[in-house]
Amino acid sequence: MKHTENIRCRAAAATTESRWVRWLLIGVSLTFLGLFLAMPLAAVFAQALSRGWAMYVRSLGDSDALSAIRLTLLVALIAVPVNTVFGVAAAWAIAKFQFFGKSVLITLIDLPYSVSPVISGMVLVLLFGRQGWLGPWLEARGIHVVFAVSGIVLATLFVTFPFVARELIPLMQAQGTEEEEAARLLGASGWQTFRRVTLPNIKWGLLYGVILCNARAMGEFGAVSVVSGHIRGETNTMPLHVEVLYNEYNTTAAFAVASLLALLALVTLVLKSVLQWKTGEQLTPEEQGYTGD
Amino acid sequence: MGIEVRNITKTFGTFAALRDVSLGVATGELVALLGPSGSGKTTLLRIIAGLEEPDPGSGAILFHDEDVARRRVSSRRVGFVFQHYALFRQMTVFENVAFGLRVRPKRLRPSRNLVKYKVLRLLKLVQLESMANRYPHQLSGGQRQRVALARALAIEPKVLLLDEPFGALDARVRQELRQWLRRLHDEIHLTSVFVTHDQDEALELADRVLVMNEGRIEQIGTPDEVFHRPATEFVVKFMGQVNFFHGRLEGDKVHFSTMAWDWPEHAGASTQPARVFVRPHELDVDVERNGQPSLQAVVTRIHSAGPNVRLELRAASGEPLCAELTQERFRSLNLSVGNTVYVTPRDVTVFADESPK
Repeated sequence: MKHTENIRCRAAAATTESRWVRWLLIGVSLTFLGLFLAMPLAAVFAQALSRGWAMYVRSLGDSDALSAIRLTLLVALIAVPVNTVFGVAAAWAIAKFQFFGKSVLITLIDLPYSVSPVISGMVLVLLFGRQGWLGPWLEARGIHVVFAVSGIVLATLFVTFPFVARELIPLMQAQGTEEEEAARLLGASGWQTFRRVTLPNIKWGLLYGVILCNARAMGEFGAVSVVSGHIRGETNTMPLHVEVLYNEYNTTAAFAVASLLALLALVTLVLKSVLQWKTGEQLTPEEQGYTGD
Repeated sequence: MGIEVRNITKTFGTFAALRDVSLGVATGELVALLGPSGSGKTTLLRIIAGLEEPDPGSGAILFHDEDVARRRVSSRRVGFVFQHYALFRQMTVFENVAFGLRVRPKRLRPSRNLVKYKVLRLLKLVQLESMANRYPHQLSGGQRQRVALARALAIEPKVLLLDEPFGALDARVRQELRQWLRRLHDEIHLTSVFVTHDQDEALELADRVLVMNEGRIEQIGTPDEVFHRPATEFVVKFMGQVNFFHGRLEGDKVHFSTMAWDWPEHAGASTQPARVFVRPHELDVDVERNGQPSLQAVVTRIHSAGPNVRLELRAASGEPLCAELTQERFRSLNLSVGNTVYVTPRDVTVFADESPK
């Protein structure tokens, strides 16, 4: 009895620091978060509203601002569904099948994470620009990519394509293929198997990936900046418009648009925590069930 | 024939999982595929189900005399039970069992009421009527396995295949479920094949046992035949602990250790080295010579907790031996570690050594 108590004391001592170390660690983290996250966020809203609510609304109602918002929504509306389909297809292929070149595919999916977005934009210019490899051929057919909406969409697609796939691959690998095999043996077609078995199993992970993908699609600056040309009211997305306004010393308007992006970030964070809690909830009883046999 | 497999070969890369395997399962029969891991038994089961393709150019698979090798998995009408159940985790027990009926094309799909009737009848069959609205993670292992079985039976399969159906369960549940499955099979008489690495399970449950090793079939026979008349050394060793002696076939006798045993099958053939096997329960142990040829040995260990008493012995020639006695016999001998005993086989299994030294 004494022996076990001894062990417990030692174990506690091994994992618990003294009180002032604990407070120091918590203090450092909170100070850091406050300094680098909470304060800037507050500053954005403070600046945006510094000249009153009416000015804030007028800044957002400006036609160039509205067109930037519309373009950002349009780009996200194209990029997110496309990358959702791609992400599900890639994750499905990687998690459920063995094929030649699988590791290459996994590496390629990670490419946008490892390449600076500016370089992604430059590559698009290199390919589709007026002096680019495919540019003249496309231009002859009246298709403009660089300095046009299609270029912005392409750049966003490239930068955001890992998000859904990366979220789903480990999840689908962990779930294995037995449920799909069972469904096939019970007579389900490929589509029925996907819709009734695979999709319900990955739905929270998928939504999580979609939300992250959307946040990045709306917030992307580097790659889009290179291909956009910053044409006001035409090829400016919200992040680009913020920069343009800021460079023109139009601080209030710049922060008004920025505050919308900040709001998007906050909504994303909330959704993300809800989904994390949901996926956690989905997994936990399952694990309990398996150990409870 | 319920299931017929003709000359199936399967290789994964350079690994030969199945080498020219053929087997027939009679309609309504329950057959066990028994073997160690890596022997190809699960691969064979998955090929029968259509989850794996045999090598191109290898033989046919027939269900009730109809070739199904070209049929897709979804149209073979195979009931398949996975070792880890593979229940649909997002569906209730009811939805799991109903799945096979609900995914049918519209013209073949039973009405809502009929689905309900059929599912509840199946849940009653597997004694889980009260669990219809539970999710898989709320069930015990044994209950999940019964749901998996009900789900497989819902499509009125032509054959039922079970992959290590009791492998993930603890010993007590396994024993119960084993007997329950045998009773169920006697009720519904579905042509069934199950995979197992547990020889007791195979011998207790199956009408016939198929012993596999390294992608080949070692023996097909009734549990009695496989246990009492093993066709190969592998089967002898796989069926449980056995004492092994190097021996010699000479005339109509086999000589091993200090004994000679009648072996009329060999009469007339030339002298040949042999391998002799004796099961622990086929060794008689006595404290003094009883006139029959016997081996002298010393008791080195006694395990008396169990229905029988197991003795570990060391023969005078140095070989370790194992013998199994009834509790009564053990008490009447009054043995303890260090005693000298005389051991006489009641039965032996002999294989002529194919590669004489």
